[in-house]
Amino acid sequence: MASVEFVNVRKSFGSQPIIKGVDVQIEDGEFVILVGPSGCGKSTLLRMLAGLENISAGEIRIGDKVVNRVPPKERDIAMVFQNYALYPHMTVADNMAFSLTLKGESKAVIDARVKPAAEILGLTHLLERYPRQLSGGQRQRVAMGRAIVRDPQVFLFDEPLSNLDAKLRVAMRAEIKELHQRLKTTTVYVTHDQIEAMTMADKIVVMHDGRVEQIGAPLELYDRPANLFVAGFIGSPSMNMISGCIDPSDPLSFVAKDGTKLPVGKPIDASPDRPLVYGMRPEFMRLDPAGIPAEVVVIEPTGAETQIIAKLAGTEVTCVFHERIAARPGDTLHIGIDAAAIHIFDETTGLRL
Amino acid sequence: MSSQSIPPPKARMTDWLQSRNATGLLFMLPAAAFLICFLTYPLGLGVWLGFTDAKIGRSGVFIGLENYWYLWHDPVFWTSVFNTVFYTLIASVLKFALGLWLALILNEHLPFKSFFRAIVLLPWVVPTVLSALAFWWIFDAQFSIISWSLMQLGWIDAPINFLGDPTNARISVIAANVWRGIPFIAISLLAGLQTISPSLQEAASLDGATSWQRFRLVTLPMLTPIIAVVMTFSVLFTFTDFQLIYVLTKGGPVNATHLMATLSFQRGIPGGQLGEGAAIAVAMIPFLLAAILFSFFGLQRRKWQQGGQD
Ligand SMILES: Nc1ncnc2c1ncn2[C@@H]1O[C@H](COP(=O)(O)OP(=O)(O)O)[C@@H](O)[C@H]1O
Ligand SMILES: [Mg+2]
Repeated sequence: MASVEFVNVRKSFGSQPIIKGVDVQIEDGEFVILVGPSGCGKSTLLRMLAGLENISAGEIRIGDKVVNRVPPKERDIAMVFQNYALYPHMTVADNMAFSLTLKGESKAVIDARVKPAAEILGLTHLLERYPRQLSGGQRQRVAMGRAIVRDPQVFLFDEPLSNLDAKLRVAMRAEIKELHQRLKTTTVYVTHDQIEAMTMADKIVVMHDGRVEQIGAPLELYDRPANLFVAGFIGSPSMNMISGCIDPSDPLSFVAKDGTKLPVGKPIDASPDRPLVYGMRPEFMRLDPAGIPAEVVVIEPTGAETQIIAKLAGTEVTCVFHERIAARPGDTLHIGIDAAAIHIFDETTGLRL
Repeated sequence: MSSQSIPPPKARMTDWLQSRNATGLLFMLPAAAFLICFLTYPLGLGVWLGFTDAKIGRSGVFIGLENYWYLWHDPVFWTSVFNTVFYTLIASVLKFALGLWLALILNEHLPFKSFFRAIVLLPWVVPTVLSALAFWWIFDAQFSIISWSLMQLGWIDAPINFLGDPTNARISVIAANVWRGIPFIAISLLAGLQTISPSLQEAASLDGATSWQRFRLVTLPMLTPIIAVVMTFSVLFTFTDFQLIYVLTKGGPVNATHLMATLSFQRGIPGGQLGEGAAIAVAMIPFLLAAILFSFFGLQRRKWQQGGQD
């Protein structure tokens, strides 16, 4: 096990900069998730850590060692690929044992490593099968087994669950997390799915367009997003955003473009002509006769909760209520906003105030 | 009641015509007719001629195994058998080794990749006779460019007698065949290489494999199915080669490069002994069958290729 550090890492493909200066520190034994929209450079960053892409500038350290010039086979890293990359001509057992076979380990040593790993992952009865004879979830497990057997310094996962169906994905999520708690190997996990990031990570690195937007624990990102991008990316349904400015006569009130006044929890230090964005999470809204009137556009009952899209302060916002609401499109609801749970951002810089 | 369960004959006929089997049969007819006219009939005729004493302009009579008996005691025939096996073996091994090597190079990220891929195909695109003529010049006893270059370099003082000396002639025709055959193998294997996901190589390198181990333990095993196909075809083509030899040496010197195909033609057509020529051609069949059987087992789906979707 080892810590990992990215120091001002950059990468260009040709003249096209893809990674534009990334600094991340990963502690020994931590489960870190790189999350961001598709194409933001997560896989590229992971592949640079694995040694599969060279580094245009900056430094990557594993433990205390700068690995910029270390070839992949000497980095002691195991990776689970998105397509699993199982060797099709080898049985499950041979796939898992491949790295040990290369090292020339004896049959006894290989068995002693492969058997327990297979047991952990429930693969014992599949050891003699070939990858083609397995289901997607089983292949995924074999790919993980191959990584576990290595007992490497760092585990890398590149969107390992994205080829699985929704139900299996939830199950594997829990399994991977459990595995990490058991093995405590430093793990870097890439996904575009913020739910996966929120549920599994010790620490999330939100990436966007080759840059790190924010690093923090899942709830930290949820409660205190550093900027508009993170605010919109973390949380589902995503945060509602309303443009406007601070009320000149009342620092505890926000005026939307259409003149509606929205409550603010603590005084905002901003001049009234500075364009701001008011952010409120759908979960922190409730029905309140004294609240702000909103016209229902769409109502989606899911059983556990009711999701309503309504027109509030001239903007369509999403609200999630835990009670069942008998409203129809066109009805007017009065919505109360939890003033302590709202976020104010600068509209031009996108930064949180 | 029961009259309803047995459809009238006419309806049964329509049912049959609409079934998959009938359609399949219909689609097979043209191909079958073609094969019978242009493959089965000549083959049958060839086998029949081998049992007759037919000559050009005179249909022969059945003489049993007399042609084969004669060939069995004909040292020239045995030379040609040896030549054919030798030629096929050496040329196929060389073509495979060089073709695989070329395919591996072309599969790397080279500059002007598609240009090189197109260039590689050239030897195969040029008509055989044309390239054979080119080789004829290259191997010419006096004007050979190879001899000339080596003389300029001062390595030899007299031109090499490429096609006049038995050993040299064998080497020369094999070289020409290899040159012509490499593109087919290189391009086919390149296509095979491109079906192997690069992430397998990456996974192997993370697992600690050197580039040689990646080739031997990942690339090569995954390439075996396509190697089996390609090498079967290559062996069949080489074994039945005719044009190159006929243009370059006509089987000479002193039959050193006579293959079974060229000998069969020479005895049958210029020599006029149709029956004997046919018998030589028929004698190639066991060898070809062996190659086909080999490919049959080589082509069988391996265990790891079976089952499931990808
Ligand atoms: N080998 C490559 N050559 C050129 N561009 C690439 C290459 N690999 C990735 N890119 C580009 O880099 C960007 C980031 O890719 P990637 O890291 O795969 O994103 P993701 O965050 O979805 O994993 C994409 O715009 C992609 O087109
Ligand atoms: Mg990716």
